Amino acid sequence: MSIAIGCALEPAIPFAFAHELIRQARRELTLIGPISDILFDQLIGAGCVARVEAAWVGNVSAGLGHSYRRALEQGVPRWIEVRDHSNFSIAQALLAGAIGAPYIPTKTLLGSDIPRANGTFRESVSPFDGSPELLIPAIRPDLAVIACQVASPDGAVDFAGPSGVSRDAALAAGGVIVVAERVGEVERPMFSPTKVVAVVHEPGACHPSPLFGAYERDHEFFHEYHRATRTTAGFDAWIAEWVNGVPDRAAYLRKLGPRWEALRT
Amino acid sequence: MTEVSAGELMVAQAAGEIRDGETVFVGMRLPLIAFVVAKRTHAPNAIGLFELGLIRDRPADELLYTMGDGPNVRGALWCGPMIELMGMLQRGEVQAGFIGGAEIDRHGNLNTTAIGKDRQHPTVALPGSGGGADIASLAQRLIVIMPHDKRRLREKVDFITSPGRHVAVLITTLGVFRFHGGEPVLESYHPGSSVDDVRANTGWDLRVAANVHQTPAPSAKVLEIIRGYDPQGFWTRRGE
Repeated sequence: MSIAIGCALEPAIPFAFAHELIRQARRELTLIGPISDILFDQLIGAGCVARVEAAWVGNVSAGLGHSYRRALEQGVPRWIEVRDHSNFSIAQALLAGAIGAPYIPTKTLLGSDIPRANGTFRESVSPFDGSPELLIPAIRPDLAVIACQVASPDGAVDFAGPSGVSRDAALAAGGVIVVAERVGEVERPMFSPTKVVAVVHEPGACHPSPLFGAYERDHEFFHEYHRATRTTAGFDAWIAEWVNGVPDRAAYLRKLGPRWEALRT
Repeated sequence: MTEVSAGELMVAQAAGEIRDGETVFVGMRLPLIAFVVAKRTHAPNAIGLFELGLIRDRPADELLYTMGDGPNVRGALWCGPMIELMGMLQRGEVQAGFIGGAEIDRHGNLNTTAIGKDRQHPTVALPGSGGGADIASLAQRLIVIMPHDKRRLREKVDFITSPGRHVAVLITTLGVFRFHGGEPVLESYHPGSSVDDVRANTGWDLRVAANVHQTPAPSAKVLEIIRGYDPQGFWTRRGE
């Protein structure tokens, strides 16, 4: 199954959803997203992932992703396939998916090794002026998971802040799961709710990433994760403590305690 | 005043590369602080772009750890989808962009993807392009900032993430290279370094400008801005 998640890049990353995937021991997932901070690293380390289609995988404020490194360098816990993108190429792939176009021609990445590494792009020349261009095929994720501040019970999303590829990922996907900080009325939905299959009311779902207007980023949590997961044993202990050691998000937030309260805006 | 760190020197140099009125892809870490310095000194009309979907005409009030932090969103000129910002880049409306890299070669090609010959089974898996390869491909002028090390400044990189054809300047922990005819020429070496030191730590045959000189120390005003914005030296690593 392919899942676009963390589509706003550094903020509004639905970690609660990823943690539930880990608790349910989901396997053979394809992860799609430009960056998604440490969410991809966690799912890879937990053995949930077969392939990543992304522009960047790591820990944005702390550095490299230890689990991502172990998977690619040592096959621990398993080998994964990487389908390289840049931010613009994945944004265009999802835009193509969103409008039902087979591909989008672009001028980015000419002279980069990313097209060859990705393997799905085609080098071409413009039929209009003969200039070189790259054709980026559409990505149609099975599922997009979109976190937002407010959603209506029928799936209308009110999203505030920089949105990355969220809208196009939702339009391109076969189905959409919305993870909302609050359930309420939405006047101008970000995209048509017709493909929303579930609205999950899950306050605090994006911690340690920020959700604009609701809570700030927990910078130190990213650094703690970075330090704790240098070894496989350290990673397993971190997952045991923060994912499998809590039954749900409410328990996770209680475990954070006053630290969580301090982040809320 | 305490000794100027390499990070602070690099920020000051990077700030000087931003011209007033330009639209600039800023990025994180040191370039972010360079944007703050430029805005508060010689380039008050510069516009900063943040690829996740933010445009700012004034820097954020607080130090940022990622471009999506609350302080960067509050007071933004615009925020929305990433494709619109990348569209600006592809329309040719972005004069300059900053990027860093793990490795660079003598043509300015940058590797942020993988060390080793097999991308799927690398010796070191690096995070990847992010928006770097797009900025390198489509901004009119590229400013590269990275640590100086013989293993990083190589004759040839293992993987070209970001093509080097638009690189204008390379600012390292040891000096500043200006690109002429697509090749880096050493323009200045930082205090504590020298032409020989730079040569010994560079993996290609060093070309040196006729008027090579020591990198000037940042002015007191510039240092005050840098230290006021990043008082703990989280990004500038003072004292390291």
